[in-house]
Amino acid sequence: MSERPFALRASGVTKSYGGVRALAGVDVHVRAGEVLCLAGANGSGKSTLIKIISGVENPDHGTIELGGTSAQRLTVKEAVDRGVQVIFQDMSLFPNLTVAENIAMSARVSSNARWISERKERALARSVVERLGLRLDLDAEVQDLPVADRQLVAICRALALDVKVLFMDEPTTALTWHEVETLFRVVAQLKEQGVAIVFVSHKTDEVLDISDRITVLRNGEVVADGPTAEFDHASLVEALLGYSATEDRVLSQALAAAAPALEVEGLAATDLFADVSFSLVQGEVVGLTGLLGSGRSEVAEAIFGKVPTTGGRVRVAGREVSIEGIDDALRAGVAYVPSDRLTQGVFLDQSIATNLVSATIGTVTRRGGVLDESAMAAQVDDAVRDLAIKIGEPTDPARSLSGGNQQKVVLGKWLATDPGVLILNGPTVGVDAGSKAAIMEILRRKASAGMAILLISDDVPELVSICHRVLFIRRGRMSGELAGDEITESNVRERLVT
Amino acid sequence: MTADVHAERAATSRRPGLAALRGRNNEGVLAGVILLLLLVMLVVEPSALTWGFAGDIIRSGLVTLALALGLLLIIISGGMDVSFTAIAVFSGYATVRLMTDLGIDGRVWPFLLAAAIGCALGSLNAVLVARYRMETLIASLGTQVIIRGFLLAFVGSTYLATLPPQLDSVGTTTIFRLGSSPVNIVVVPVALACVALALILRRTMFGRGVYAVGGDKESARRVGFHVARVQTGIYLLAGLFAGFAGMVHVVLSRHASPFDLVGMELNVIAAVVIGGALDRGGRGSVHGTVLGVLLVSLVQNSLVRLGISSYWHVLVIGLVILVGVAIQARSNARGAKRPRILEEVTP
Repeated sequence: MSERPFALRASGVTKSYGGVRALAGVDVHVRAGEVLCLAGANGSGKSTLIKIISGVENPDHGTIELGGTSAQRLTVKEAVDRGVQVIFQDMSLFPNLTVAENIAMSARVSSNARWISERKERALARSVVERLGLRLDLDAEVQDLPVADRQLVAICRALALDVKVLFMDEPTTALTWHEVETLFRVVAQLKEQGVAIVFVSHKTDEVLDISDRITVLRNGEVVADGPTAEFDHASLVEALLGYSATEDRVLSQALAAAAPALEVEGLAATDLFADVSFSLVQGEVVGLTGLLGSGRSEVAEAIFGKVPTTGGRVRVAGREVSIEGIDDALRAGVAYVPSDRLTQGVFLDQSIATNLVSATIGTVTRRGGVLDESAMAAQVDDAVRDLAIKIGEPTDPARSLSGGNQQKVVLGKWLATDPGVLILNGPTVGVDAGSKAAIMEILRRKASAGMAILLISDDVPELVSICHRVLFIRRGRMSGELAGDEITESNVRERLVT
Repeated sequence: MTADVHAERAATSRRPGLAALRGRNNEGVLAGVILLLLLVMLVVEPSALTWGFAGDIIRSGLVTLALALGLLLIIISGGMDVSFTAIAVFSGYATVRLMTDLGIDGRVWPFLLAAAIGCALGSLNAVLVARYRMETLIASLGTQVIIRGFLLAFVGSTYLATLPPQLDSVGTTTIFRLGSSPVNIVVVPVALACVALALILRRTMFGRGVYAVGGDKESARRVGFHVARVQTGIYLLAGLFAGFAGMVHVVLSRHASPFDLVGMELNVIAAVVIGGALDRGGRGSVHGTVLGVLLVSLVQNSLVRLGISSYWHVLVIGLVILVGVAIQARSNARGAKRPRILEEVTP
């Protein structure tokens, strides 16, 4: 393979934003038919590098060599003409257009077409979909598609052009590992077709699984670079973080006299799930897992009152409650950290302080509805210290934080309500290994203090690292339970698919 | 296993026969509502359903439809506009004023001149939205007042009761009669404008850009659209349609008043929104808008035929708007509907 020509070679790429150095002389190269993993924690400079190579940003120094021609800087159009395509993390699709229209879009735009022929669009889309052996309904609107299919549409769109270097920015963030397998199959196919793939990720499992070579970025510099065979899980994490972090199974101490915290009995919702029963005692961390679309999120949302139920009972701390919205949930002592923090959990443009007090605004309000600034500041200080959130100023917008710290802010906002039951849905999705370990440690600490935690996740190592028990759900019905020493990665994975 | 999952997904996302009738923006539902209303009329007041009734509906809907076209473009692109009535009245009135003052006359070119004036005025919005990235509604609130103020201060504030004879003759030319109701010749250019806009939206890359910008501006930028250029095109074209609509209004009402049209925005916005273009952007079609205008016009004329006092009209139209928009918003929430998860247990 080493005889293959370089598809991309970037040398000495340097970029600063107002004095802050995002990239310091980075060298990256990838050959045709090779899968390079560009790994790095949040804020390591991965995104900046992608933006520079795809022409969205200009570097301060450095050269970018694509298919034999070298350039100091590129425009988006030049990058596309030289075969660079990026599948962004948010996929950048058009929800209002059909699959065929989305797939044909980039190719039509870059060919400077003036007219549109629906027939040709469909033919182009069909040829790409068939080339990859996928099954996609070309006439469906993208907004009606499940996330996994949207990811495939984004890939098809990139391939509708003559792509030589394909960047995939955290493509698996929203996928279950089952769907990741489908994605990996597509990647393998592309590789065979001679496409150079730059796979951006901070999930060590998949980095080791899919790549031929790994380049690790940390603080804007390449800190490790070599064939994948030279890395293992531990050395990769250490390269990513600069220190070692483990995902060992560490359980919080069970409480001696634990009272029931959350009891769910025969909960049902039309078309979504039925006969869901389980319970948590104080201080217990229980995982609820299943494939995407198994009903795992819906159960959590039903307990929190976001999905209307058609039967069953929920008891919190022994008292039967009827939760129909956030107010009821807060009163009952239930907090829910939703899965999609960008749209449901954090106000990106609001200050960190505002975000932290937003669930407990009643407690920092004086009579007459005036905010008590000092109480607010005290609460924010507590949260920042307690959760070790790395912030500049409390008045900075939440947008300025890394993904891991944003997630801590969301967590802090709900912890401030002092809930007896904390439900978390995918709390470490899109969070780097360091922040992930920190969040797990916070959860252990809260559980030791008596909080009951229901962790909804399909991140198997995460479930294994923290849960006293793991419940399984499949097609809307509870399908099993593992406890204690039965909880191992292989057991959990096996239960997930069978 | 994976193949099964995919086959299943393909099956659930394919639209079954009945749903296909609904159309991409609920145009089918709207057509159904219109038919239902006609049925109600047939039961309540069968004598009213004549060709003349159809003629009345067409005549009263023409100006609304002409005004709706430019607005449709803007709403599809995710914007909102309230300046189009001001652009229309400015263009129509200024053209007639110019013709009267210079003593020139014509049949076709005044429409083109009004459209050109509208296009020039639309460039104001284009600059504010595309260049200075202003919120579209806010920008148009400003331009509405400016354009109207300029019209009254510099062009004229007097009512022109008669049009130059040739232009006036357009307003009295009928192509055919529907029963007792004459159908004016301007139905032809309005229909042509509809066809032109439909072609632009469906067959040109610019049209696709309008939907792309309305669907997701950042994504549009990333696939290589020049968003500012697309927006400039949208506001120039919308101005052009508004100017043309202003002349349609002048010709049909057979006078030119600088105080007309402004205040009619909500009716037009309602017709476009009922026609399937949601304020969220990225949706809407010319045929949907035609149906939306038809519905509003049908309701208005039905009330007249039923002999209901005109004081009630405003209230009823208001209700129609509310219900129509609610239906659109509701059926659009289907995108957010959860897919079925629960597996039935076979006993």
